[in-house]
Amino acid sequence: MSNQWVEVCHVDDIDEEDVIRFDHQQKTYAVYRSHNSEYFATDGLCTHEKIHLADGLVMDFVIECPKHNGRFDYRNGKALNVPACVNLKTYPVKVEAGKVLLDTQGGGA
Amino acid sequence: MSQIPFDPERGKDYSLTGEQARLAEEAGLVSAQWYQCPVPRKRMKELMQRSDNRAIRDTAIWLGAMLVTGLGGYVFWGSAACVPFFLVYGLLYGTAANSRWHETGHGTAFKTRWMNDVVYQIACFMVMYEPQVWRWSHARHHTDTIIVGRDPEIVEPRPPRLSMIALKFLSLPHVYNVFKSLFLHASGQMSEEEKVFVPQTEFAKVYRTARIWLALHGLVIASALYLNSWLPLMYVLLPTIYGGWLSYAFGLTQHVGLAEDELDHRKNCRTIYMNPLFRFFYSDMNYHLEHHMFPMVPYHALAKLHEEIKDDCPPPYNSLVDAYREIIPTLMKQRKDPSFYIKRPIRERAPEASRTETSEHQESAFS
Repeated sequence: MSNQWVEVCHVDDIDEEDVIRFDHQQKTYAVYRSHNSEYFATDGLCTHEKIHLADGLVMDFVIECPKHNGRFDYRNGKALNVPACVNLKTYPVKVEAGKVLLDTQGGGA
Repeated sequence: MSQIPFDPERGKDYSLTGEQARLAEEAGLVSAQWYQCPVPRKRMKELMQRSDNRAIRDTAIWLGAMLVTGLGGYVFWGSAACVPFFLVYGLLYGTAANSRWHETGHGTAFKTRWMNDVVYQIACFMVMYEPQVWRWSHARHHTDTIIVGRDPEIVEPRPPRLSMIALKFLSLPHVYNVFKSLFLHASGQMSEEEKVFVPQTEFAKVYRTARIWLALHGLVIASALYLNSWLPLMYVLLPTIYGGWLSYAFGLTQHVGLAEDELDHRKNCRTIYMNPLFRFFYSDMNYHLEHHMFPMVPYHALAKLHEEIKDDCPPPYNSLVDAYREIIPTLMKQRKDPSFYIKRPIRERAPEASRTETSEHQESAFS
C-alpha cells in the first residue's frame, strides 16, 4: 500500500502527554505526543461510541475517552478496558523539519 | 432533532425494548451530541488529572471507619450500645459504598487502574450492583441521560409511585430484584433488557459473578443460622438495606423531577451544595451536573470544575433540603400530571457556540 503523508502540525503544537484532533478528507484522527516526545496517531473516534478522543485524557501511553472512560494504548490502538472493546486503528507518524506528518494510508489495527 | 411530545393517554414506556426506544431514535436523541459548557483545553487537562494519593486517603478513611464501627458493633452486640455503631457502619456500607462503586466504575477515583477495579468489586458487592451489568448500564446512562426508552437508570419513571419510593428508602425493591437477577444470571441467562446494553462477550463474566455472589451470601446466611445469631448478617446483606437510605436520598436529587428527553445536562441534572460529611459519603457527586457534562473529571476536582462553568449553568441548590423543597411538590404534581417537570433556567446558546473548545487545529466537525 502506498504512503500518503500529510502534514498535521508543528511539533510544538501538541503539548507533551497530550492529544489533538486532526481532520483530513472526511476523516478524523487523534494525534498524540507522549511524555518523552514521541508522536503517534489513531482514529479520532472512540470505538465504543463515536466520541472524539481529542477531548480525552492522556496518561503515559494511554488515551481515555472523555465520555465513558474507556482506555486505549495509543501506540498500538489496543483497547485496555471496557467499555472499549474494539482496538483503535493506528497510523504511522514521522517528524520532518519540525513538522508532524501522518500517513493516512498506512493504518494498522 | 425534535423532542417527543408527551401523550397523556398513553403515558411513556420506560422499558428499553418498548416503543419509546424507537421514538427516541427517530427524534435524534440516541447517542446524540450534548451541550458542553466551554472550558479551555489547558484548564480541562488540569481538572482531569488523576491522583492515587487522594483516593487512597479517602478509601483508607472509609474502610477504616467501617472497621472501627464494625468492631464497636461486635463488642457491644446484645446491648443498645451497638445500635449507633451499626447505624454508622450501615451508612458506610450501604451509602458510601454506592458513590465508591460509581467513581471507581468510571475509573476516575484512582490513577492506577487496578486500584479502581479492586475497590469497584468490593463496593459493588456491598451495594449489590452486579459489576458487569452496572458498568454497561451506567455507560448507557451517560450516553443517553434520562432519554426515555434508552436510559436504564431512570430512578423514578412518571407518574411516580409514592409507596415504591418509600420502600426504596429501605432498598427493599432493589435487594429483591438483585436476588431475582442473581438467580437468573447464575442459571446462565440474561434478561431481555440487559441484552440491549450488555455485550454478549460479557455474559460469561455476569454468570460467574452471580454464582460467586450467591455462594458468598449463602455462606453468610448459613453462618447466621449455624450461630443462631443475626450478627453475620449485620455485616453483610442487612447493611445494604438499613444503610442505603441516605444513598437513595442523595440519588433522588440527581435527576428526579427535571426534564426528560433533552440533550442538555443543565436541564436534567442537579448540582447541590453539601457539607463536607455528606460530600465524603457522596464522593462529591452532589456536583452531578458537572459530572455528567464532563465525566472524565475525578470527584475531587468537581468543585473546581463547578467554579469554571457555574456562570453558564442554572443556579445550584443550597442544600439537600433546598433540593427536596422542589422535588417533593414536583413528585406530588407528577402523580396527577406526568408531563409536569421543573424547567431549570439556562441561557440558550447558538449551536455553534455550544461546542467544547478543543485544539486550535480543529478544522471541521465530523461526527
